[in-house]
Amino acid sequence: MQFGIFTVGDVTTDPTTGRTPTEAERIKAMLTIAKHAEDVGLDVFATGEHHNPPFVPSSPTTMLGYIAATTSTIQLSTATTLITTNDPVKIAEDYAMLQVIADGRVDLMMGRGNTGPVYPWFGKDIRQGISLAVENYALLRRLWDEEVVDWEGRFRTPLQGFTSTPRPLDGVAPFVWHGSIRSPEIAEQAAYYGDGFFHNNIFWPMEHTRSMVRYYRERFEHYGHGTAEQAIVGLGGQVFMRSRSQDAVREFRPYFDEAPVYGHGPSLEEFTAQTPLTVGSPQQVIDRYAAMRHDVGHYQRQLFLMDHAGLPLRTVLEQLDILGGEVVPVLRAEMASDRPATVPEAPTHVTRVAAARAAGAAALEHGAPAPDRWTGRTAEDDLAAADAVSGERA
Amino acid sequence: MTARRIAVVTAGLGRPSSTRLLADRLAQATVDELTGMGVTATVETIELRDVAHDVVNAMLTGFPSEALGGVLRAVTGADALIAVTPLYTTTFSGLFKSFIDILDKDALTGMPVLLGATGGTPRHSLALEYAVRPLFTYLHAETVTTSVFAATDDWAGGTDTVAPLPARITRGARELAGAIAARPASRPVDPFASAPSFAELLGES
Repeated sequence: MQFGIFTVGDVTTDPTTGRTPTEAERIKAMLTIAKHAEDVGLDVFATGEHHNPPFVPSSPTTMLGYIAATTSTIQLSTATTLITTNDPVKIAEDYAMLQVIADGRVDLMMGRGNTGPVYPWFGKDIRQGISLAVENYALLRRLWDEEVVDWEGRFRTPLQGFTSTPRPLDGVAPFVWHGSIRSPEIAEQAAYYGDGFFHNNIFWPMEHTRSMVRYYRERFEHYGHGTAEQAIVGLGGQVFMRSRSQDAVREFRPYFDEAPVYGHGPSLEEFTAQTPLTVGSPQQVIDRYAAMRHDVGHYQRQLFLMDHAGLPLRTVLEQLDILGGEVVPVLRAEMASDRPATVPEAPTHVTRVAAARAAGAAALEHGAPAPDRWTGRTAEDDLAAADAVSGERA
Repeated sequence: MTARRIAVVTAGLGRPSSTRLLADRLAQATVDELTGMGVTATVETIELRDVAHDVVNAMLTGFPSEALGGVLRAVTGADALIAVTPLYTTTFSGLFKSFIDILDKDALTGMPVLLGATGGTPRHSLALEYAVRPLFTYLHAETVTTSVFAATDDWAGGTDTVAPLPARITRGARELAGAIAARPASRPVDPFASAPSFAELLGES
């Protein structure tokens, strides 16, 4: 089972000091946090993608490319990659490139994004969010899985004879998770492809999470990727810990009260009762999160939101020390104690390459890609392809 | 025959509340009319005052508390809704509108609804028509043509001797009962039952 952190990348004033970090400070802090996550033994670092203040991570592969160089084992992921407003061609290229640079430590989580104006800023209509996610991802899969793609859809200019470069490392695309809080359509999409389903439940009661995950598991089995128990599930989480629980509550409360999203809403006590937010001792966190598998079944990835609401970097690093040092080792043992051998771990590049080779789907030696029909020529030379494209636009 | 479920939402803030009083009268009259048609019905009455903080929190956090979640299920899964609000500054109360705002926009589509309101004087009675009814029309609810306004004086029975409050209540209740009896009983809402298959999502079916 993978344990890691995901970051929204918000620039938020520290309510206890009134100090607001600069964007540059926040970005550098995220790099430090990612490195520290590996140092304390965590398995995953995932960054959000946003295109509006007060959020800084607009360019995830730039950030993850740097982190790939400063780390050696941690899995690099996103939370989430905007499958609606990004060009799927650019996603295919950027993350194939990142996968090479990171020696196969990359996966992605697709999401639709919940900031209304981002859609029109990128020329899209938020009312078509589900349709965009479905069509764009269908194209992304083909760009990774097929060498030469002819394609036409509703939302993007057609492609004729297009090869996305670089080709996926070892001929195997990065593993993909699909994140959704409310939409059964996205759980259906994840199940259809046999991809992972991540329920970011940090603002939601477990009852809702349970029903979404159950639906994904049923559909995963329906599409023949394995039994429902073998579906690939991830959950969000949010914790703040001190060795004495009352110290944790006292220290975190001002951050909670002023936090983006839920600040000035329910009390800390109400919110911790209703959502996975746990503020207390490491043992309280262990008890709460060890029990998650009883609600959603044995799952593969647990990500924690640790660096938000204006918490200073020093505090975040201390929290990671506690998480990696005291909490995750116990959770690993707990989760493993009754985990059936038939429940798989989260797919990684290594296991996916091995599986593809076992299935005969990937070459043992992945060298240069097969020569494509453009090599040594210009697109204008291929009149048939050019006619096909212009014909579709006419 | 399955008993029909009538949800009653009342936004009165006082205890006791004349809005609740009107809601109870409308609910009882509707059950009586249905009984006369041989249809059994149960009533679940929700005072929004009880979940007022939860309504605001749901607006801020995007998810309902457990208590409010139960209320939302009761309303959206009902066979009919009786919605009664006090009129403040010529329109529905803020709490009433906030509750409507956190409902899913499709939750009341096709649902028979009887509207009621309370106010200080009969001069406010048309607020039901220019403010409350359009709200439910926007939500595609099937609001019955009679809405029932009760001014303070109505409770004494002296303001309108031609169409007194009990007669207006009976008329609205009869219309709602007719709408309920005319359609099959609703089933509990399952958000996953209507989820499209991936072939449908891809536009291939």
